[in-house]
Amino acid sequence: MGLLTAQHTAWIGHEDPAIHVEITRRDIQKYSAATEQQQARYLKGDEAPPMFVFNLFSAIPQLADLRQDGLARSTTGGPSLPLKRTMAGGTEVRQHRPIRPGDVLTGTRKIVDMFEKQGASGPLIFTVRSLRVVDAADRLVLEEIQTGISR
Amino acid sequence: MSLDINTLKVGDSLPERKHTATNVSLFMYNAAVWNHHRIHYDERYTIEEESHPAVVIDGPLQGDWLSQVALNWVGDTGRLLSFNYSNRRAAYLGDTLTSGGRIVEIDKETGQVQLELFIRNGDGNIITPGQGLVEIDRQEAD
Repeated sequence: MGLLTAQHTAWIGHEDPAIHVEITRRDIQKYSAATEQQQARYLKGDEAPPMFVFNLFSAIPQLADLRQDGLARSTTGGPSLPLKRTMAGGTEVRQHRPIRPGDVLTGTRKIVDMFEKQGASGPLIFTVRSLRVVDAADRLVLEEIQTGISR
Repeated sequence: MSLDINTLKVGDSLPERKHTATNVSLFMYNAAVWNHHRIHYDERYTIEEESHPAVVIDGPLQGDWLSQVALNWVGDTGRLLSFNYSNRRAAYLGDTLTSGGRIVEIDKETGQVQLELFIRNGDGNIITPGQGLVEIDRQEAD
């Protein structure tokens, strides 16, 4: 243990630049088909399922900026961790209103916690990020807490 | 189906559903969310470099399937206010996962129902537990 240094944890509180996304019916339809949605409002693209926001407010890296594992080298706004293999750890979502085609949303991600745990097959580093999504009128649309695991 | 909060009981089960990811479905999902992490499509890399037994089913995809248990149950008679899940154990291409849940609390004053949700693997282990809070619309009086 003791993998996280003060340099790593100094990133707690770091906020990525806000990302603006225009929501299209076609993107909702693609997501809904890929996730086998069953509600007509999602399949028609009238409304986005809540998990549609996953990765929606991440910067789009250039091919030259990808690491060997296919993830972005420098666009996630976080420290270079000593454990490089990453996996999703979980999510909390609170939705204030549905996301619909035509919405212009702004998402802001922030590192809110970093900690270590000993897993069954070795140490794990948890990075917890918040996401706050507002609409063009600055009204809150969705809040998310997402945990990433490095092993 | 229309839900009436007065007929619900703590312990009631929500309909279960099976999900079997394929190379094609994982490609579609990762294209839709623009996720280029190789563990979700490159089998050789995933096994040789990251020591997984097979291509990994995305944790957020399991989170979506888990949220659908509540979304499909409440349908047009209410809304999913919040939910959470924790990816406790990885799932792999070839696994058949089962999503489901049950009612753990009912508040007839507010119309809110607390759900316990899960993704279970083929061995019967819950690999992604979660919770959901739904609000059910009040029935119109006759």
